[in-house]
Amino acid sequence: MGRKLDPTKKEKRGPGRKARKQKGAETELARFLPAVSDENSKRLSSRARKRAAKRRLGSAEAPKTNKSPEAKPLPGKLPKGIFAGAVQTVGKKGPQSLFNAAQGKKRPAPSSDEEEEEEDSEEDDVVNHGDLWGSEDDADMVDDYGADSNSEDEEEGEELLPIERAAQKQKVREAAAGVQWSEEETEDEEEVTPESGPSKEEEADGGLQINVDEEPFVLPPAGEMEQDAQTPDLQRVHKRIQDIVGILRDFGAQREEGRSRSEYLNRLKKDLATYYSYGDFLLGKLMDLFPLSELVEFLEANEVPRPITLRTNTLKTRRRDVAQALINRGVNLDPLGKWSKTGLVVYDSSVPIGATPEYLAGHYMLQGASSMLPVMALAPQEHERILDMCCAPGGKTSYMAQLMKNTGVILANDANAERLKSVVGNLHRLGVTNTVISHYDGRQFPKVVGGFDRVLLDAPCSGTGVISKDPAVKTNKDEKDILRCAHLQKELLLSAIDSVNATSKTGGYLVYCTCSIMVEENEWVVDYALKKRNVRLVPTGLDFGQEGFTRFRERRFHPSLHNARRFYPHTHNMDGFFIAKFKKFSNSVPQSQTGNSETATPTNVDLPQVIPKSENSSQPAKKAKGAAKTKQQLQKQQRPKKASFQKPNGTSKGADSELSTIPSVRKTQASSRFQDSSQPAGKAEGIRESKVTGKLKQRSPKLQSSKKVAFLKQNAPPKGTDTETPAVLSPSKTQATLKPKDHHHPLGRAKGVEKQQLPEQPFKKAAFQNQNDTPKGPQPPTVSPISSSHPPPAKRKKSQSRGNGQLLLS
Amino acid sequence: MRPLTEEETRVMFEKIAKYIGENLQLLVDRPDGTYCFRLHNDRVYYVSEKIMKLAANISGDKLVSLGTCFGKFTKTHKFRLHVTALDYLAPYAKYKVWIKPGAEQSFLYGNHVLKSGLGRITENTSQYQGVVVYSMADIPLGFGVAAKSTQDCRKVDPMAIVVFHQADVGEYVRHEETLT
Repeated sequence: MGRKLDPTKKEKRGPGRKARKQKGAETELARFLPAVSDENSKRLSSRARKRAAKRRLGSAEAPKTNKSPEAKPLPGKLPKGIFAGAVQTVGKKGPQSLFNAAQGKKRPAPSSDEEEEEEDSEEDDVVNHGDLWGSEDDADMVDDYGADSNSEDEEEGEELLPIERAAQKQKVREAAAGVQWSEEETEDEEEVTPESGPSKEEEADGGLQINVDEEPFVLPPAGEMEQDAQTPDLQRVHKRIQDIVGILRDFGAQREEGRSRSEYLNRLKKDLATYYSYGDFLLGKLMDLFPLSELVEFLEANEVPRPITLRTNTLKTRRRDVAQALINRGVNLDPLGKWSKTGLVVYDSSVPIGATPEYLAGHYMLQGASSMLPVMALAPQEHERILDMCCAPGGKTSYMAQLMKNTGVILANDANAERLKSVVGNLHRLGVTNTVISHYDGRQFPKVVGGFDRVLLDAPCSGTGVISKDPAVKTNKDEKDILRCAHLQKELLLSAIDSVNATSKTGGYLVYCTCSIMVEENEWVVDYALKKRNVRLVPTGLDFGQEGFTRFRERRFHPSLHNARRFYPHTHNMDGFFIAKFKKFSNSVPQSQTGNSETATPTNVDLPQVIPKSENSSQPAKKAKGAAKTKQQLQKQQRPKKASFQKPNGTSKGADSELSTIPSVRKTQASSRFQDSSQPAGKAEGIRESKVTGKLKQRSPKLQSSKKVAFLKQNAPPKGTDTETPAVLSPSKTQATLKPKDHHHPLGRAKGVEKQQLPEQPFKKAAFQNQNDTPKGPQPPTVSPISSSHPPPAKRKKSQSRGNGQLLLS
Repeated sequence: MRPLTEEETRVMFEKIAKYIGENLQLLVDRPDGTYCFRLHNDRVYYVSEKIMKLAANISGDKLVSLGTCFGKFTKTHKFRLHVTALDYLAPYAKYKVWIKPGAEQSFLYGNHVLKSGLGRITENTSQYQGVVVYSMADIPLGFGVAAKSTQDCRKVDPMAIVVFHQADVGEYVRHEETLT
């Protein structure tokens, strides 16, 4: 039900038993309050009038509870006192405020020094008013409220019902508390009162009932928070939300003195949680994620379902034919947007959209707009091998198949057998023939079958982006759920990356997407994958949507995260979504820092092996595997370099200033040249390694390994091309036995080669030397078995200048 | 997953030929690649060789479906065509029946076609001939068996059944669980 429908507050009407039940003291009292508002109300019965007269006469005696003799100017003082009480304890006492509000009199501007007086007079007035109530009760009610005659006799001049006596006592208590409160925050009072003064006078002019809302918003004291929890009045809560958002927007000007921003925020958080029925954890996360104005919009958007959208099945029909057929059936629809050629949005329909003969014939599929985006980002080509790791219910799979025109192969996998049935049904209905459907846990993937051109991973997530579809997410998600999801997503993403074939001619891409907006499940997982595997983020190809975060609170992510895209229900009117597109540039798997053995051999000789190692000493072992011609020759040069090589570990900051920018540059270059000659690969690697290690040094140690790997990979291709030119260098020459030092000083190696073979690369050597000075931690990649010829100086220079040129040449 | 035995192939082809006759050859000899039938969990799948190779890597208990499912063999080794084969029957169908818009819904719920719902029917349809059912907009809705020959259809009263229902596209929604 809507949030405004609160069954506990629904008033029972009618002749039934429940309508006759008493509703509680507050509501019962309210029946009498309006009568009290008019002193001269004619509702007083004759007896009541007599008693009132008696009271007026006897008021001089003053009831014992009065602290001051001030009881005469009843009408005048009464509102003052009452409203002083109201101002002081606004919101504190529900019934009291009702009582006070019902007075409808002009509110004076109480000052703090008058508090005592007013409280006293207030009590006094209550007592006197109690008389009125008592008379009222005598007249109107017979039961429950006891024998008023008794009370009359007991208290001279006072005719308090038992409940009124209790209320009076409560007033005393609260006045006492209010005194304390106001003592602590007298400043508040003073600040508030001048503002409230003019407004109250205006009100008085109108003679209308003063709303509690009219006064400037005063943040209720902490004590009230708990009280409100028991009696949430949604209207008030909503109003308070708006007030607090308004105040926080202009906090400097509108704040109350002495109340901190966090107090306001806490109050807002509780109110939002109450109003929109969220759990505290999720609301806290949302408050971290969105600025306040957006937060309210987001919460509002989650209450409303997104429009129904469908995607035309181009295997069987065209969009305009589907649109025409549906319009003929009485459906009101429109094309989805210029970003989609097959989407239609349905405004309303007189027939069930999911059961028309066109639907059953497979002409279209009901699919959310945001679910079409990952497939557009992935852009599967014809005759490719695609893996869809979490395919249920099959919307994205069928979209991929229609983009591929039923060519190639799609392996549609899902871990949930129940949902797989819908996949089978949907794919058959839509006429998809190039699919194999399997039932594996996605994490088993490259083991079962790998080497796909593209992979789509629509990971299972917490569903915080689709709250409008499943409101249970508001309350049943907490920290553990999010972390568990994130853990699973990381595992799946690593498996997906391993299933991609980086050397695919047309592919090598992976799209990771979730229907969640939590940073833990999105940017964090992507960042983790960037560190752990040889992948990089590329633009998704979607020109709308918010960019992914490169930093969030205390976390810092890789700068390329801005290529990822986020979608929100309140800005894009589609389900919350996150899409990131990876390109895998190497099939080898980087070892962790502690590993010191070579990883799997590259599947393609063009790929240099990247095996970052923690100690330099282990480098030789790796190098032994790869190209050696350069190493042999460089050996001589390496010795002098060693000393310098080992020195700066952990200390150099020099050439690494471009570290952050270089990655992207390198990466793009690398990709462009990736498929280049095989020859230079080995040699290029060595040189690259040194460069990379130098560059990487400046970055945080944790990132260094991954980045080094990345860099190393990137540099390979440029170097690769370089090595083509020198005819002098041939792989065969350099395949002498590798020496430990070779690996250690790739730069030296390069230099050695240069010296011996190509005298034209001294500057490059210098550059490499610099790089060599700064390697650290992760090992440079081993040179591939197909050793490369020495890169020509010209090209190497280019590659240097691309990245860290001048720095290296320093 | 295994290829069909001779017996199974024969039974299946007989069944399919009831609907598309000698066009069956077109299913097997396709210009755009080699397609074959494979049996997995008693169901027959029609799939191209390339896809079959990929599916061969998947273990039997994890393989759910490949290509297009044509139907299944019952426990007594009779072959039953499923609606999922409609995409391959419809273009090659020899005998077709078109039903009126009003009768579409009834057929999609699994009812037989009455004379009152019959729009058109191919000439010289014999009795108990396999037919493919279309809507007036030429959308294939399912297939069935002609209860009456074309001549008889003209003569019979409006409430008589003219096409026995065998499969319809409404089953995608009604019988989603039995598709696999």
